[in-house]
Amino acid sequence: MDKLGYLAEALTPINMMLAAVGVLAGIVIGALPGLSATMAVAVLVPFTFTMDPASGLIVLGAIYTGAIYGGSYSAILVNTPGTPSAIATTFDGFPMAKRGDGALAVTLSTIASVTGGLVGALFLMFLAPPLARIALAFGPPEYFWLAVFGLTLISALSVGNLMKGLIGACFGLILSMVGVAVIGADVRFTMGSHVLLGGIDIVAGLIGLYCIPVLIDLIATKDPHLRVEGAQTGFRLKEAFRLVMGDKVNLLRSSVIGTLVGILPGAGGSVASLVSYSEARRSSKTPERFGTGHPGGIIATESANNATVGGGFIPTLVLGIPGTPPDAVILGALLVQGIKIGPALFTAQSQIVYTFIFGLIIGTILMLPIGLMVGRYAYQSIISIPKAALVPTIAFLTVIGSFAIHNNLNDTAVMIGLGVVGWVLNRAGYAPSPIVLGLVLGQIAEQGFVQSYLIGNAQQNVLGMFFGRPISLVIIVFSALTLFYPLIAKAIGAARARRSQTDIMVESGDGRSR
Amino acid sequence: MRISSLFTSVVLAAGLFTAAASAQDYPTKPVNYIIPFNAGGESDVAARLQQPVWEKLTGQPMVIQYVTGAGGAQAWSQLNGMEGDGYTIMGTNLPHIILQPMAQDVGYKTDDIANVYFFQYTPDAIIVPKDSQFKTLKDLVDYAKANPGLVTFSGSGTNSANDVAQTKFDKLAGVTTTYIPFSGTSPATAAVLGSQVLAGFSYTTAAISQGDAVRVLAVAADERVPSFPDVPTFKELGYDMVGGAYRGVAVPKSTPEDVRKAVSDRLDAVNKDPDFIKKMEDGGFVVINVPYADVPKFMAEREKDYQATAKLMGIAQK
Repeated sequence: MDKLGYLAEALTPINMMLAAVGVLAGIVIGALPGLSATMAVAVLVPFTFTMDPASGLIVLGAIYTGAIYGGSYSAILVNTPGTPSAIATTFDGFPMAKRGDGALAVTLSTIASVTGGLVGALFLMFLAPPLARIALAFGPPEYFWLAVFGLTLISALSVGNLMKGLIGACFGLILSMVGVAVIGADVRFTMGSHVLLGGIDIVAGLIGLYCIPVLIDLIATKDPHLRVEGAQTGFRLKEAFRLVMGDKVNLLRSSVIGTLVGILPGAGGSVASLVSYSEARRSSKTPERFGTGHPGGIIATESANNATVGGGFIPTLVLGIPGTPPDAVILGALLVQGIKIGPALFTAQSQIVYTFIFGLIIGTILMLPIGLMVGRYAYQSIISIPKAALVPTIAFLTVIGSFAIHNNLNDTAVMIGLGVVGWVLNRAGYAPSPIVLGLVLGQIAEQGFVQSYLIGNAQQNVLGMFFGRPISLVIIVFSALTLFYPLIAKAIGAARARRSQTDIMVESGDGRSR
Repeated sequence: MRISSLFTSVVLAAGLFTAAASAQDYPTKPVNYIIPFNAGGESDVAARLQQPVWEKLTGQPMVIQYVTGAGGAQAWSQLNGMEGDGYTIMGTNLPHIILQPMAQDVGYKTDDIANVYFFQYTPDAIIVPKDSQFKTLKDLVDYAKANPGLVTFSGSGTNSANDVAQTKFDKLAGVTTTYIPFSGTSPATAAVLGSQVLAGFSYTTAAISQGDAVRVLAVAADERVPSFPDVPTFKELGYDMVGGAYRGVAVPKSTPEDVRKAVSDRLDAVNKDPDFIKKMEDGGFVVINVPYADVPKFMAEREKDYQATAKLMGIAQK
């Protein structure tokens, strides 16, 4: 076990300290809407050039993993995902905070994130080379179907309101097409303005659609931001552990989904958490409670998005193909350090690789104490700051965050514009999530579709391209299951109703105790 | 309106003043180096390699920033609105700044960009997966001749260097192949590794990081690239193809001549640093020296070359 030797190397005091500082910095940056994990890593890359390669990598890994986790704070406490990875965390996180369970939600997110991060890192350590092949097996048709699968979640998210959900998703898809197309370079929906040439940035859309309506409502209503009376502010660690243990299948499944989706370059944490949320909801006994502040939702999304960190490093380190945007930055940093990446890295420079993986694991474990403390502090600040101070602070952060995406005021304008549109649509009953889903998944779906069509056309087998590949077929089956799940559930419910009454009593009682 | 114009003139005057004072001993403070592409790409990696050498030679920090979007157009359309004192410089890429304004109105014209130096290019290269049926470029051309349209090439983006290279190659070899654009070099390379496409038009830089996993069939450089001594150039194989993505540095148009010259001189010194050259070549870049005085000639040559290909690509001349 020479791997243990690398563990000793990663465990030097200086590396431990760097990992702790990295995690803390990452959490803070990730928690601020608009300051994404990519940015956190990019800003801190130059500082790592003065360190030796392994320490530098440990810092970058710690910042990255901290930022993905930090994104859950603002998702839970302010209903605004701090990073795109935390979109699905708002579904249940914010309702929990709203009813006074914010502390519990943050603790749940911490436990889930640490578990997901560890699962991803362990896969990276033991199974990286074989798993990297998954990244290559995913071609354009698979990406197209994966995006379609993500979109089917809309049917679940908008139960009882399907039409509005679909209209919202279409609006989101149209938003995703704005600007110069990657394929074909056509200029679309820019209304002749250069402002929209670069398209609508996903992060600007996130801040606008989620955060601005919350701010307007805070001003327009007298209610406090989160319910405070009777809210427990401790760590609620025991309760959280009990909930997580009761949902361990969900936890492990989501961590594995997160790792696998993380391996796919071009999917990323947002898709991973959406897919695992959708699966958690579909396999739950009480799917109707998802979206109303169900702990299972947070467990699914937060374990999945942190698992993408380890998963994303698999193609990055094995193939030299970055799994996620922050990985691309780290890859660039490696090149500048003079480290040859690619297939030879794992064998030729295994010392750096394994020291780094142990560093990632240490950083992830450190996230538990650091995260619990920062999270508690964040929750208490949010509930104790008076609304008159809270609203301007968040508003200020939204402007800074949207500007910081590309150092560009255009994104801020887009953010505010979409915010107002989002608020109006919200009042009319159109939830922001389907719109954001359309925006996030639209580009993946479009590129996958056009590429598949072009390749299929060249091979004169367009249908075979879309429907003749095994992985595609599996994804199509899952999409169909999710899409028609409300109907299937109804049919099953009807079948159950025909059975004896006592069965139902036991089942619903069982569901409540979870 | 009056206040703002007053403000602009004050800023301009101040800019001119500092510029006049500092052209000889430029730089006297940190320089902002704006990269119009995401961190981690070729443009970023090259800038990161320039950075330490610049700081070693001038004693002033070089701060790398990213303004991304619309394939670089987001940044280039803003360039001339920035302060022209030599302390804001921006990376520029060919063929992007020539083909983008040619294809549509992207908020800037090619002539709006005041390039002061071109320092490197990444030659186009055809890559295939290691178990591909194509052992040499001839295998690929023969197959493409027998099966028109069936050979698929992945590449990064539309109207990009890869797109130009594929169009040019089709013409020179007298074949019809299909170009599949991806959203960047990485996904395009992944498509080759996973055999989603038969081959890829890529750069030497991307091929280097793949090691044995890909086979490079030909490189579009004047002579063989140090990092691929065994790979023939297109020229050796009888195709007159030299090109790739060229990268340079531009300044806002308001920058005075002597400052432009000073920026170019400092970049030239960086480009001649042996350590820098070594690192660039290891990464698959080809270092070229096109100082400010030679930029007009260089640009005219490239423009002529790209215009010919642009006609083939059907990019409307506006």
